[in-house]
Amino acid sequence: MTIKIVHYINQFFGQKGGEEAANLPIELVNGPVGPGGALQALLAGKGEIVKTIICGDSYFNENEGVACMGIREILEDIKPDLLVAGPAFNAGRYGMACGKVGEVANALGIATISGMYNENPGYELYKNYAYMVPTSNSAAGMRQALPAMAKLITSWAEKAGKLGTPQEEGYMPRGLRVNVFSEERGARRAVDMLISKLAGEPFKTEYEMPVFDRVEPQPPVIDLSKATIALVTSGGVVPKGNPDRIESSSASRFGEYSIAGLQALTCESHETAHGGYDPVACNRDPNRVLPVDVLRDMEREGKIGKLHDLYYATVGNGTSVANAKAYGHAIAMHLLNAGVSAAILTST
Amino acid sequence: MKLEIGNIHVKALEFGQDTALNAGTVQIDQQALVGFIRELDHRIASVALDIARPGDKTRIMPVKDVIEPRCKVEGNGCMFPGRNPGDEAMVGEGRTHVLKGMAVVTTGKVVGFQEGIIDMSGPGAEYTPFSKTLNLVITCEVDDSCNQYDHEAILRKVGIETANLIGQLAKTATADDSRTYETKPLLEQAAQYPNLPKVGYVYMLQSQGLLHDTYLYGVDVKTILPTLLYPTEVMDGAIMSGNCVSACDKNPSIVHQNSPVIHELYEHHGSKYNFMGVIVTNENVTLADKERSSNYVAKLAVQMGLDAVIISEEGFGNPDADLVMNCRKLEDAGIKTVLLTDEYAGQNGESQSLADSTPKGDAVVTNGNANQVVHLPAMDKVIGHDTYANVIAGGWDGSLHADGSITAEIQVITGSTNELGYHNLTTIAG
Repeated sequence: MTIKIVHYINQFFGQKGGEEAANLPIELVNGPVGPGGALQALLAGKGEIVKTIICGDSYFNENEGVACMGIREILEDIKPDLLVAGPAFNAGRYGMACGKVGEVANALGIATISGMYNENPGYELYKNYAYMVPTSNSAAGMRQALPAMAKLITSWAEKAGKLGTPQEEGYMPRGLRVNVFSEERGARRAVDMLISKLAGEPFKTEYEMPVFDRVEPQPPVIDLSKATIALVTSGGVVPKGNPDRIESSSASRFGEYSIAGLQALTCESHETAHGGYDPVACNRDPNRVLPVDVLRDMEREGKIGKLHDLYYATVGNGTSVANAKAYGHAIAMHLLNAGVSAAILTST
Repeated sequence: MKLEIGNIHVKALEFGQDTALNAGTVQIDQQALVGFIRELDHRIASVALDIARPGDKTRIMPVKDVIEPRCKVEGNGCMFPGRNPGDEAMVGEGRTHVLKGMAVVTTGKVVGFQEGIIDMSGPGAEYTPFSKTLNLVITCEVDDSCNQYDHEAILRKVGIETANLIGQLAKTATADDSRTYETKPLLEQAAQYPNLPKVGYVYMLQSQGLLHDTYLYGVDVKTILPTLLYPTEVMDGAIMSGNCVSACDKNPSIVHQNSPVIHELYEHHGSKYNFMGVIVTNENVTLADKERSSNYVAKLAVQMGLDAVIISEEGFGNPDADLVMNCRKLEDAGIKTVLLTDEYAGQNGESQSLADSTPKGDAVVTNGNANQVVHLPAMDKVIGHDTYANVIAGGWDGSLHADGSITAEIQVITGSTNELGYHNLTTIAG
């Protein structure tokens, strides 16, 4: 069975010219072009490059939205089994473009195989979306890169897309955690690891502890009596009935809710959607998790300028760090645009 | 303590004329058992019994607990100690019989967001160890006078008392196989294998509140300071579950009864190391309690003369902080650690798996990414209520499809990422 491949390459490998041709927009060509020819030959019938997308590196990077729309349309039209991008070696804009088209393909359910130097920013930023073989840092390494890519493509085709580990298959780690069933149960593996550690023998941890970044706090608010304070919570306090259906765990969104004119939350007006703590105390008095009542007191007493009319809520139970970061960023932008001076984030 | 465990392998589970054990078949008098359960609490409104066998096209949900029927044959104390005044004797010695291969499973309307799903066949069955047991399923509902705390306590009682009652069938039976486990008092244990490194098991127990509690001899572990346990005490039900904090990684009572790290540590006890005992600790929600408990754990470990420990956690997020504190303080005390956990790395596995981190955690066993999405096909029979798929932890609005199939994270499947290493799912860097 021959898989159908669309190949993405830049203006140089597409034989359009060098830097002077970097502004060329997307061109769709039948069959393989440039290194695509050698790649197809190496695939020995396992795969056929039916179309090649040639795009200028500067064009792609400066018109990403439009370019991605074009790529998406091409992929939706052709419906390839696989997208191949590059190899990009250490060319930064090219690597970024390869990674980005991988992300576009991924959203359509199409896998991408690429190749680039491990320091290419395209690997760091887009490794989640493609299987990238490591290459040398210049096109002089083409003679090694193409066979490596061909080998991975062949394996992908033969295994119907169910590739093994990076070590087994020769691609750079995608930074994804992938579930598999082990021969032995976890408790046995823990004891084996203990025995190795005790004996001073090498062992491989199954999970590398992450290194967390630190966020520098903003300087303190100079005059609270003039400040607009907003409330934000990961404690899941939502209007009664959870109108946006925020999930009790792994929340896929946050909500924006009005407290304009509300002096305090009540057990009739609000509730918690959070599935990770005993909800009874919060449901009886939601001000315990979202202290609207205290902030209204402070407003009346002139201790703060104003309580912002809108609050933001999500459920922090089982929320991935990536999602939490994204929600935090989005909420911060809302608050910034609304002229809020400071926010109180309650967590549970 | 020295305990002999005798297994009676249950080959069949049926409803029949009377409740009896005959040549590997457990027969249940349905009416009598329903009557027994109803008597346990006047607020019980309805009780229904079902049997779910491996391979059945049956889904059980929302699962509250899974308990293995066992009984004391010889030795102090009663099975599942701490249920009643007068049951304060220590357990873990003598002889205990187990009805192996069957389980009591409780279900009914949901108390909170955390109860789980057991599929007896299909792709979901791969993810739960309890698709392989003959399950006596109790669907129990309570009346309106119950708040969530009452509701949880009643269902917990129903499960444990039923497992205790059925377990009595094994009392006079002949065991098909048996094994003896022994851990001596500390000084004698140290003297038994003086040249082997001393290892212990730090057993972290969920203690975050409603539907997040665990009981040690009937005592809510929110209220304890870390303490010592003989490994065999858990085999007689010294630790029982009151929590469902996410179905994938909460420890159903059957997991405590068969505590996998304890069983695996016994395998090389006396040959590769000297398994000195267990330190049980909690996962409370205040910083003060976390600091105190982890300090106490490190102190006990040093006091026991341990060279290394395996630490398992229960749950995620909040207890990741305790796991990291325990690891850090033990390593700082010169004690080597191996950690057992699971991961919440996002549905594509792209995110950080743990909420807290320490570079000292260099030996970690992972039991799977709980956020992986699966599609569970519709089953012919649902015991319980399937509408909760849309709200339980790991599900979302729309998880339950019109045809009865469910798309949700494996977080909803009971036991799928069990952090004691009871099951064999793991995660690799892909």
